[in-house]
Amino acid sequence: MVRYILNKLFYMLVSLFILISATFFLMKAIPGDPFQSEKKVLPEIRARLDEQYGFNKPLYEQYLKYLGNVIHGDLGISMKHLNQEVSDLILKTFSASLRLGIVAIIVSIIVGVLLGMLAALYHRKLIDNIAMVLAVLGIAVPSFVLAALLQYFFAFKFHMFRVVGFENPMDYVLPVAALSAQPIAFIARLTRSSMLEVLHADYIKTAKAKGLNWVTIMFRHVVRNGIMPVITYMGPMTANIVTGSVVIEQVFGIGGIGKQFVESITNRDYTLIMGITIFYGVLLMLARFITDLLYVIVDPRVKLSSRKEG
Amino acid sequence: MSLESSAAAKQTATLTPEDFSKISPADKNSEVIHRESISAWKDAWQRLLQNKVAMGALVLLLLIVLAAIIGPRISKYSYDTNDLLATNQKPSAEHWFGTDDLGRDMFVRTWMGARISLIVGLSAALIDLLIGVIYGGIMGYFGGRVDEIMNKFSEILYAIPYLLVTILLLVVFEPGLGTIILALTITGWINMSWIVRGEIMQLKNREYVLASRSLGAGSGRLLFRHLLPNAMGPIIVTLTLSVPNAIFSEAFLSFLGLGVQAPVASLGSMVNDALTGWMYYPWRMLFPAILISVTMLAFNIFGDGLRDALDPKLKK
Repeated sequence: MVRYILNKLFYMLVSLFILISATFFLMKAIPGDPFQSEKKVLPEIRARLDEQYGFNKPLYEQYLKYLGNVIHGDLGISMKHLNQEVSDLILKTFSASLRLGIVAIIVSIIVGVLLGMLAALYHRKLIDNIAMVLAVLGIAVPSFVLAALLQYFFAFKFHMFRVVGFENPMDYVLPVAALSAQPIAFIARLTRSSMLEVLHADYIKTAKAKGLNWVTIMFRHVVRNGIMPVITYMGPMTANIVTGSVVIEQVFGIGGIGKQFVESITNRDYTLIMGITIFYGVLLMLARFITDLLYVIVDPRVKLSSRKEG
Repeated sequence: MSLESSAAAKQTATLTPEDFSKISPADKNSEVIHRESISAWKDAWQRLLQNKVAMGALVLLLLIVLAAIIGPRISKYSYDTNDLLATNQKPSAEHWFGTDDLGRDMFVRTWMGARISLIVGLSAALIDLLIGVIYGGIMGYFGGRVDEIMNKFSEILYAIPYLLVTILLLVVFEPGLGTIILALTITGWINMSWIVRGEIMQLKNREYVLASRSLGAGSGRLLFRHLLPNAMGPIIVTLTLSVPNAIFSEAFLSFLGLGVQAPVASLGSMVNDALTGWMYYPWRMLFPAILISVTMLAFNIFGDGLRDALDPKLKK
């Protein structure tokens, strides 16, 4: 178990290292640096700045210094927001994204599992068909299209919600709906197929024969075993929601990291792009790592050493 | 066991003609094949034909491809001609899908956008196929140490969130169709390589491979003649399902302003352009949004149908 965790952790760090290195060298390939956008700077001042930030050092030294800085959480200074640390800019906007993301994850799991359960229980009946049509639609319609449609109809036409803004609980409804549509669809499909399998398993027949009541059978046996594939989907789902929130925040004017990211891309604020890329990278790789751990904890049958695909 | 078999051998040695009898004429023809034998591909095709939903999706896809090819030609407008006297017009006989904020015809732009989306989706999927089959084929065929190292490498690459890599590449390099396709394929091939690897690993221990090998077939012949053709089913399904993913990624990147650059339009960039005024000009959003959703939907449904047809065991 410990070896398995250490192994996973090691590969996560390697991947992260490659991502950080790639961002560093790609950004260095672009002409310009944080101080070039300012107006004429005296050569002396310029030299002082270069000295202070190490731009006069050879590339490998800068690289090592950057690696060191990243480990300490220092992501440099924004090119467009004057004198602002990238890490401060990220922390400032993180809370809105975090709130949105967590609500979306919770909603996705609850609604997705319930929908999948209903579909499995009423297999080949009307509810099953409706749920599966919804699932296919949810997978096919891109989140930004859905976001725009929801915004147009429910906020603009019917005035049920505010068009933009993210303060009241009601403001969560549309962004969360747009963000969790695709995860809900995936989870519903996963839950349905694994529940169908479990419902026909021998131990369910045994449980029924023992005379256990329906609720116990459902929650002690069916759900517990049927939910396994959903756990493997946790990592990809986090990735899905994080990338999705990049556009959703833009559409609904939520001041989160996603919006900051889009703005940094439009402004070509390279240090900020780098910082957010690394931040997202850490976040998503951690999510994958935790998924791997969860899977082992929930299902002891998983052979630790022989797992090939992550 | 050995005692029994030697006893049996003794018995067969003492068989007399009376032990045999003539079979009846009815039994004589029992081994004759009455039905025409059909290949696995024909069988799959027939199953696919019976799947009405999947066939509907296929027809829809063909129609979209056709419209993307001829759509821009049958209109008298060009995708990049501005008409500042006719901006943001509603759909009409003149402009079937209306016009955008620069007075460009939306009908032409929508189908041009579909063309871009399809080109990106198909070429990214095909490049993924090429790299994935070669890489995965080598992993699966040689196994052992080679497989271990190559697999670790792909796992490390896969762990890096692909949209981040794509965004980075597009920020650094000249935006354009080629860059997008390159950026999408940098990590896109990994999934395909895993599918191929798994298939090859299963297949390479089969008897017919052993037979071919003992007849002196080399690695190349085994791989291309025996292993890959038999792994074709899952490969085709993965290919079909990776097209909508690439289309979505292109739309997503265009939506961020990192896709094809104006005046060229893709469906994603059109949705993004329409976002600013879309409370008042909803049609500017509607047509590209619907088209992109329908295209992805059709690819997904067709891919599912293909999977059911090619692997009947999977279907429950």
